[in-house]
Amino acid sequence: MTWVLIALLVVPLVGALVVTFLRKDDTKAKLVALAFSLVELVLAGLLWFAYDPDGDRIQLAAGVDWIPAFGVRLSFGIDGIALVMIAVIALLIPLVIGAGWTEKLPAGRSQGGYLALILVQEAVTVAVFAATDVFLFYVLFEVMLIPMYFLIGGYGGARRQYAAVKFFLYSFLGGLIMLASAIGAYAMASDELGKGTFDWATLVTVVRDADSTTQTWLFLGFFLAFAIKAPLVPFHTWLPDAAAEAPIGVTVIVVGILDKVGTFGMLRYLLPMFPEASKNLAPFVLVLAVAGVLYGSLLATGQRDMKRFLAYVSIAHFGFIALGIFSFTSQAGVGSVSYMLNHSISTGMLILVIGMVIARGGSSQISDYGGMSKVAPLLAGMLLLSGLTTLSLPGTNSFVSEFLVLIGSFPTQPVHTILATVGMVLAALYVLWLYQRMMTGPLRGDALVAAAAGPGAVGDPEKKTAIGDLDKREIAVLAPLVVIVLALGFYPQPVLDVITPTVGATLTEVGVTDPVTVQEGK
Amino acid sequence: MNLLVAQAQTIEAPEIDYGATAPVLIVLGAACISVLLEALLPKHQRWAVQLVLSLVTLVGATGALILYATSERPAQGVATLAGAIAVDSPSLFLWATLLVLAFGSILLIADRSVEPGGAFVAQAAIRPGTIQDRAQATKTGMQTEVFPLTLFALGGMMTFVASNDLLTMFIALEVLSLPLYLLCGLARRRRLLSQEAAVKYFLLGAFASAFFLYGVALLYGYAGSVKLSAIASAAAGTDRSDTLLFAGFGLLVVGLLFKAAVGPFHAWTPDVYQGAPTPITAFMAACTKVAAFGGILRVLTVAFQNTQWEWRGVLYGVAVVSMVIGAVLGLTQTDVKRMIAYSSVAHAGFLLIGSIALTPAGSASGVSATMFYLLAYGFTTIAAFGIVSLVRNSDGEATHLSQWAGLAKRSPIVAAVFTFLLLALAGIPLTSGFIGKFVVFSAAIDAGLTPLVVIALVASAVAAFFYLRVIVLMYFSDPAPDGPTVTVPGAFTTIAITLGAVVTLVLGLWPTFVLDWAGTGTFLS
Repeated sequence: MTWVLIALLVVPLVGALVVTFLRKDDTKAKLVALAFSLVELVLAGLLWFAYDPDGDRIQLAAGVDWIPAFGVRLSFGIDGIALVMIAVIALLIPLVIGAGWTEKLPAGRSQGGYLALILVQEAVTVAVFAATDVFLFYVLFEVMLIPMYFLIGGYGGARRQYAAVKFFLYSFLGGLIMLASAIGAYAMASDELGKGTFDWATLVTVVRDADSTTQTWLFLGFFLAFAIKAPLVPFHTWLPDAAAEAPIGVTVIVVGILDKVGTFGMLRYLLPMFPEASKNLAPFVLVLAVAGVLYGSLLATGQRDMKRFLAYVSIAHFGFIALGIFSFTSQAGVGSVSYMLNHSISTGMLILVIGMVIARGGSSQISDYGGMSKVAPLLAGMLLLSGLTTLSLPGTNSFVSEFLVLIGSFPTQPVHTILATVGMVLAALYVLWLYQRMMTGPLRGDALVAAAAGPGAVGDPEKKTAIGDLDKREIAVLAPLVVIVLALGFYPQPVLDVITPTVGATLTEVGVTDPVTVQEGK
Repeated sequence: MNLLVAQAQTIEAPEIDYGATAPVLIVLGAACISVLLEALLPKHQRWAVQLVLSLVTLVGATGALILYATSERPAQGVATLAGAIAVDSPSLFLWATLLVLAFGSILLIADRSVEPGGAFVAQAAIRPGTIQDRAQATKTGMQTEVFPLTLFALGGMMTFVASNDLLTMFIALEVLSLPLYLLCGLARRRRLLSQEAAVKYFLLGAFASAFFLYGVALLYGYAGSVKLSAIASAAAGTDRSDTLLFAGFGLLVVGLLFKAAVGPFHAWTPDVYQGAPTPITAFMAACTKVAAFGGILRVLTVAFQNTQWEWRGVLYGVAVVSMVIGAVLGLTQTDVKRMIAYSSVAHAGFLLIGSIALTPAGSASGVSATMFYLLAYGFTTIAAFGIVSLVRNSDGEATHLSQWAGLAKRSPIVAAVFTFLLLALAGIPLTSGFIGKFVVFSAAIDAGLTPLVVIALVASAVAAFFYLRVIVLMYFSDPAPDGPTVTVPGAFTTIAITLGAVVTLVLGLWPTFVLDWAGTGTFLS
């Protein structure tokens, strides 16, 4: 079944190539891109069944030599965490394409170019999660920036140039520092084994026994890259700009998918490779994590722009994920990984719904909306549902993961956990307040008032100001997410089954045991 | 009387290994023929004949090189011409690099489709700004002495990287420098700027040569010989005063670093890069860098390896200064050519890191890493300057950055290729620039230079900003209403740009072949 993984890498690239030639015909380009992304989704489904949760640490591995002089291989393989992330990418991309179906691009830009970049981004991101060679991971980590740079810079809002460059430079700097650490690990391997290698599994066995000073330095190199990517406070400032300026579909990819490379990297690289340093430096990381939860929540409450709001909500959630990872219990670890998945789904849904609101009102300012549930009740309902899953209401998917993180972290990190719990309260505040301001109360905002007065009531009679409820396309985009949100809220077991063995293996690599016994399958 | 006869008899013609030195001999011989052609041929025939001669020379010299490299030859290399020239594996690699890069440069030099008549002035002696000068700006035809001058410079570079003693190295330095001083002053447009560049380059270059020669003299006083190996053995455990050795080393290195445009000896670089005709800038940026760093590598490895603990700190500092100057001052530039000049100063800092990482030989050594970097950087730079020469307005090249705004809308292919080259200069993966940085940094970490590597990485990130700024301008800004046009290049420039871009891509994806080749042997000592 190795071919499935290879196909997952190749299909979007082929799709991107085909779509590039359809720049003249927008409709055809959209259909072809959607078709390729659906094929990718089917392949991801196959991958899910090909993966054996109780099997090897890395499965479906395949590789060829790339630069033999440095022991660099093009090698791919997945573990449970990578599988979950690849699946969620494959799920979100068709929805992003569907949600952006009628979106207007800046003048002179074609759908073909936009969708080709999206598909390239998909391929590279899948490859980042599937890479099992540290050098290859670094290469993809940086290459991943290029399509996103053009997506933000080419198709974004007014300050898109600033946002694109800031995004690129932050991640590029982090990546370069990581490269120094990777070369350091490589140098250790070549001293110890006689021949250098970048193979992840081999490097883990070599580097984990290094003395703690070396480990600390190498850890910091990798950590900086992941902390920027994830993003943890205080390395987060690129995210609100990128999220606010990117077109809505791209915001889904930045916030929902790209960020996860950071937390994925912590689990796959930091913990197994540098167990000593991870344990020694965990207190510092935990402080950043809790600071992120509180800071992100507070700033989200105060935002006037919906897209910046989304960015700060994510920063808070990444605090929770980091808290779970660095608490070193299997419950918290499983919680963090499922949080990575659920954050993609619920925040992705929230962004898509907000995108639909913006498509109607033409503004991303919260103050431009009010009483919208009167004209678009279904849309209001969707905003409420996606908001509730973002604040982790029981019965939605996020609740399971947030609960696991908190209950798992408490035995080892009670103080941090209690502080982070405040974030849950703030989440209720910022989500419900957002809903209240936008959907309830008297009608507010030019677009909404005009809509209530009838089509074309204000200003230009040619201009259609009517605000309708969700149309069939939008319902089709949101329906799968609604099903998944509720299904995983009530029955998370299939996902937890896939994640648990990998998290267990990771914690074994760190060399920690649970302070409390975890019941089988929780 | 008898004494004189006896002396005369002891001077014998040195042995010449013609097979080994054939590439250099071909280039220098062709340069001489080229001068004769310049004197004998009627004006209208010169361009075509000179071009064919130059290209045939380069192909012939490359052929001779391949023939020699693949033949049975001593693995550690041979010293020929009474030990003045060392033909070893690094020499052969650097020669091949120089020849191929010169091929690309000659194509850019010969191009007459972009600027009618070529980028060079028709008669250099006419004073700028006069009526005759304005007349010749529109006249076709160019000073065809450019070709022999380029060949002489190339011959000098090839001798420079293979010099086994300091005196030969000095002669080679002059042979490569003097034609370049002239070539810088031959731009068809903006002639005052061009002449200023030439004078600046000449004056500063003369200083640098003097430093170099003074260093040679002091080292001769120390070791009693100008041979690199003799200096090495003299430095290995003697009770001679170290003052001469290190004063000599310092002066010598200043001369070398000047040619390599390493900060803080870079002051000439932006002005000369900006003023010189763009094909010459490409030639200088690619080939002079290869030659200068080839010389630095040989001097450091052969003559000063066992005193490295004394001097390493100094060059460490120089590398830091160079990277910081290149990266920070590059941020403030508004001219594309000056920006690439500062970028080359930053790159010189990276190259110096590789040069002082004197790790054991092999495909992961400092020497092979630096040589790979030189090859990769050279190709990228030639292609980049090729593109710069295409973007023009009525005054010639439009090098001001603001004129590049929105270029992607009008010429998507040119913008895409330039973006790719800029990403390579920034060191983004899947380009040769990244592999070059990677091998250099690996060698440096191996040699215990980790803090330097971290500084270099931060400098790379800073430098990435100004490359990105150009990409932002080309893609995300609206074009200026009276913006420049992109000339459709003729065959020569197209070949040169394609060659550079393809090599940049191929070396980014499959660097193994070149890496292995660069790591095959060591300097002859």
